[in-house]
This record gives sequence, structure tokens and C-alpha cells, in this order.
Amino acid sequence: MNTEALLLSLRLAVTVSLLLLVLAMPLAYALAFFQWRGKFLMESIVALPLVLPPTVLGFYALIALGPHGLLGKIWQSLFGHPLAFTFAGLVIASLVYSLPFAVQPLVVSFELLDRRLLDASAILGAGRMRTFFRVILPLAWPGVLTSLVLSFAHTLGEFGVVLMVGGNLPGVTRTVSIDIYDRVQSLDYAGAQQTALLLLVVCFVVLSIVYGVNRRVWSPWPAK
Amino acid sequence: MLFVQIRKHFSTNGAKPFILHVQASFAPGFTVLFGPSGAGKSTLLDCIAGLQQPDAGEIRLEEEIFFNAACRINTSPQRREIAYVFQSLALFPHLSVEQNIRYGLAKLAVSEQRNRVENIATAFHIAGFLRRRPADLSGGEKQRVALARALVTRPRVLLLDEPLTGLDVSLRRSILEDLRAWNEAHRIPILYVTHNREEVDAIGEHVLTLADGRVQESGTPRAILDAPRSVPLAQAAGFENVLRATVAEHRPADGVMRVALQGDACEIEIPLGEAGPGSEIRVAIRAGDILLATEAPHFLSARNILPGTIESVETRGVLVQVRVKAGAAFLVHVTPGAVRSLGLAPGQLVWLVIKTHSCHLVR
Repeated sequence: MNTEALLLSLRLAVTVSLLLLVLAMPLAYALAFFQWRGKFLMESIVALPLVLPPTVLGFYALIALGPHGLLGKIWQSLFGHPLAFTFAGLVIASLVYSLPFAVQPLVVSFELLDRRLLDASAILGAGRMRTFFRVILPLAWPGVLTSLVLSFAHTLGEFGVVLMVGGNLPGVTRTVSIDIYDRVQSLDYAGAQQTALLLLVVCFVVLSIVYGVNRRVWSPWPAK
Repeated sequence: MLFVQIRKHFSTNGAKPFILHVQASFAPGFTVLFGPSGAGKSTLLDCIAGLQQPDAGEIRLEEEIFFNAACRINTSPQRREIAYVFQSLALFPHLSVEQNIRYGLAKLAVSEQRNRVENIATAFHIAGFLRRRPADLSGGEKQRVALARALVTRPRVLLLDEPLTGLDVSLRRSILEDLRAWNEAHRIPILYVTHNREEVDAIGEHVLTLADGRVQESGTPRAILDAPRSVPLAQAAGFENVLRATVAEHRPADGVMRVALQGDACEIEIPLGEAGPGSEIRVAIRAGDILLATEAPHFLSARNILPGTIESVETRGVLVQVRVKAGAAFLVHVTPGAVRSLGLAPGQLVWLVIKTHSCHLVR
């Protein structure tokens, strides 16, 4: 088994899921608690990575992160080296790729909250921040956990986007799923099998945790 | 004194739009907001608290303006220093009773917080379970905690949206006593929403009736609820009989008029009201204000004596509901003793005896 690839994937998944938690909170807050014109556009953008082929997403990410892309140029001028084919580039592309998995459970858990609790908090003098940290977050924690776990699992197994943006540099951008693909290509089925089985188990355990905690928050299965 | 003069328009899908249009002032002490559900009572409280914004008008406490549409003033709920107990109570389920009560005191020093929690917990008899979570409290305990959490902030106005629904009478009375004692010391305007007639009588300083988004009447409970002037209010105020009728004849010298009940030639006499002969009206009569006789009564002052037939006799605890067909269908409340001594049973011929002044003209 390729431990280097596994550790890289874990590092990527942890970084992305933690960053997404911070990024997704304000987005989910805006989607759950405010009504505004054009909100459906924001919802479509957030959900886009769900249906877009990873190669298409990866292609545009590659353009944006490349030496002629906007993000690539800014990165180059700040850090003096290009963004594409680096770990940082992978993180940025993965943020977009896993965004819906982080935002959606949060939106659902926020919307499930009793609005009168938020009203009560306001009446008792608490501003938006205090209400968020003292009432919304503690009561929506199953959604927060689900958001974290799903974006972790989704990033761990990503393939198409990584291949497009990261290439296949050992220790830098060579993740487990790329590793599996490589081994199959070189007919090393036994090696591929080990890694594939590990990923399968990890994903199954992760989903079991989510549904064990609260199946209402994110589930393709109807609530019982 | 709290002054409210607001208009708020709600568009509803298909149905006719609902307009809340209220002009009222609230003095320190209890004002009961009474009316059928859907009358706009909770929306009015939400507007006063700042949770909903009216389209037009002004809300102010003495000279301090909370809301003024023309001047674009709309103070946030956080700054109005108003306390509001919702019908659902909205206790924070993840916080203990003490943390719930302290929630509104975040800006105070810890020692002052402790002091206030201790005082309010004593006043509302909840000192014994400060460490428990709301889920571990009984209904009455939750209601006490919700009141304590609201009052510990020393609000300038108190809004109560059916805070004691679902409690038995003695528990309700004891909580009301605590609330009354608190109010003696603080004297702020308290708006108390209910559609329970008993609560109105128990609090009963001043009543404001709302129906269809508008203030109908304002006065003492006795003056208003004993003579409701609209059908939904009559039903909410506990008038079991609301009958359609047509005005037949005015007798101004006697201060009465004769009206024909719909569906039958049967006529009754009611106090003279603002409805000309020929106009369609409704007459509200409490089931408890009707007497039953098994023989045609004589030598009575009551002016309305109607023969009829008993359709059903239903016992509900210590109250017996008797349905009588006497032209129109009447509901009469009697005691189980009366049923026994008169031998009341379906099919029996009886006479309804109704005093003129037990009949109320309703629009």
C-alpha cells in the first residue's frame, strides 16, 4: 500500500473539510435565514459541483489556477511560484468540488431550528453573533458534524479534479484514488485492491456515523 | 404608556388579504388582548417587540419612538427592552434553567446576574430546579421559567402570548398571583393575549378585543365580554347560541324590539339596538342563561317563553348540555340535579325561558 499517497489524501481531506466548515457557515446562514432576489442563483452555484463532471470542474480550475488565470497570477505575485500542480492548488479546487457537501447539511439543520428560539434570543438582547454561537450552533451540531464528515469523505476519494489540477506528483498531488488508478493501469491489482478496500471501509464508517447521529440532516433516504 | 398606531398588510394566496390595523394605547398594568384565533393578536405583539415591521404608523413608549414609518425609525428588538413570552415559551433546550434566565443578563456583572437570578427564582418559585434542563420540567414549571427569564431583564413592556395555555385552573391562578405581585412592584404595561374567557376574568383590569385585524372594543371585561358585538367575538366569549334573525318591530317606549328567528315564525324580544326593521341580525345567548320548564310557565317576568322538543341530553362532567329544537336549535346548560328532578329526556316537550336582557344583538 502506498502510505505516502494515503497520508497526502488524509492531509488534503482534513485541510479542506476544516476550511470548508469556516467558509460554508456564512453561506449556509445566508441561504437559510435570508430571503433575497437571486437567492436561487446562489443555490444553483453551490449545488453545481454535484452535477458537473469533475473533468469540467477540473478543467476550469486548471485554467483559473494556471499562470494566466486570475488566481494563478495573484498566487504567483504573492508567493513567487505557480499554483497549478501544487498542494495549495489541490486544496483550492477541492474546496469548490466539496462545497455542496459542506453547505447543504448546514442549511438543512439551520432551517430545522425553531425560529421562535432565535426571536427569543433577539428579545433577550443578543445580537446576531451571540445568537449564532449560543443558540444556532449548539442546536445545529448534527448538521455541523455531517457537514464536516461528508466534505472529508468526499475530498478523500476525489479523482477527476485532482487529476486535472494536480497531475500525479508523488508526495505533492498523488492522492490515493490516483494511486489506485495507476496500479490498475500497471496491472498491480493486488496493490489497488488493498487501497480500494481501505477507502471503501473509511467511507462506509463515515456515513454510518452520520446516519447514526441524525438521518434527517443529509440523506437520500426518506425520513421514517 | 405604550402607544401603538400601525398598519400591516399581508398578501395571502388567493384568499382576501389580511390587514392588521390597530390604534391603541396601553397603560401600566394588565391589558387583555382578546379575540378569536387569526384576529392578529400575535402579529400585533410581534410588531411591538420589533420582530415584524409594520407598513405604516408609529409605536412609542412615552416619548421614545420604537417605530415610525415616516421617519424610517425602527429600533431593533435587542434595544427595545421589551420582554416577550411566546405561546411556545421558546426556552433554550440546550441550556439549564439558570442559563436560560441568565441569557438576557449578559451585559451585567456576574455578581449582579447572580443576585437577579436568585431574586426572580424566589419570586416565581423555581429556585429548586435551576440546574435542570427544560425537557425535565413540567408544563407549569416551564411557564414559570419562561416568565422569570423574561422579567429578570427588568423590561419596560411585557408581552404575553397565551403563556398559561394548557395549565389547570389552580396552577394558572397561582402563576397569575406571582405575576400580579411582580407587577405591583414594577408597574409596566403588560399585554396579555388569550382566548380563554376564564383568564380574562382572572386578570380582568382592561380588555381590548381584536377581530379581523382591527380593534373592536376596549373597556372592562364585564362591559365587553358580556355583550360582544361581533359573531367571532361572541363565539370566543362563550356565547353558545348565535342565531340568525330578522328585526320585525321596534318598541322604543319599552326599550325593546321583536325579532323573528330564521327558519320559523317564532319571535323573541331583545333589547333595542341599532338595526332597523327588516334588517338581518344575529342574536347571541349564553347556554347558561336559558331556563328550562316542563310545563308552560305563568307569572314570570321573562318575556321570551318558547315551546320546543328536547333533541339530546349529554352529560359533560358537572354540566349537562341539552339541545332543544324550538324553531331554531338552542343549546341549554343545566345541572345534573335539574335533569334528574325534571326527568329530562330526548323527545320531551319543554319550554325555554329567556330574559330579554340575556339576548345580545351581534353584527
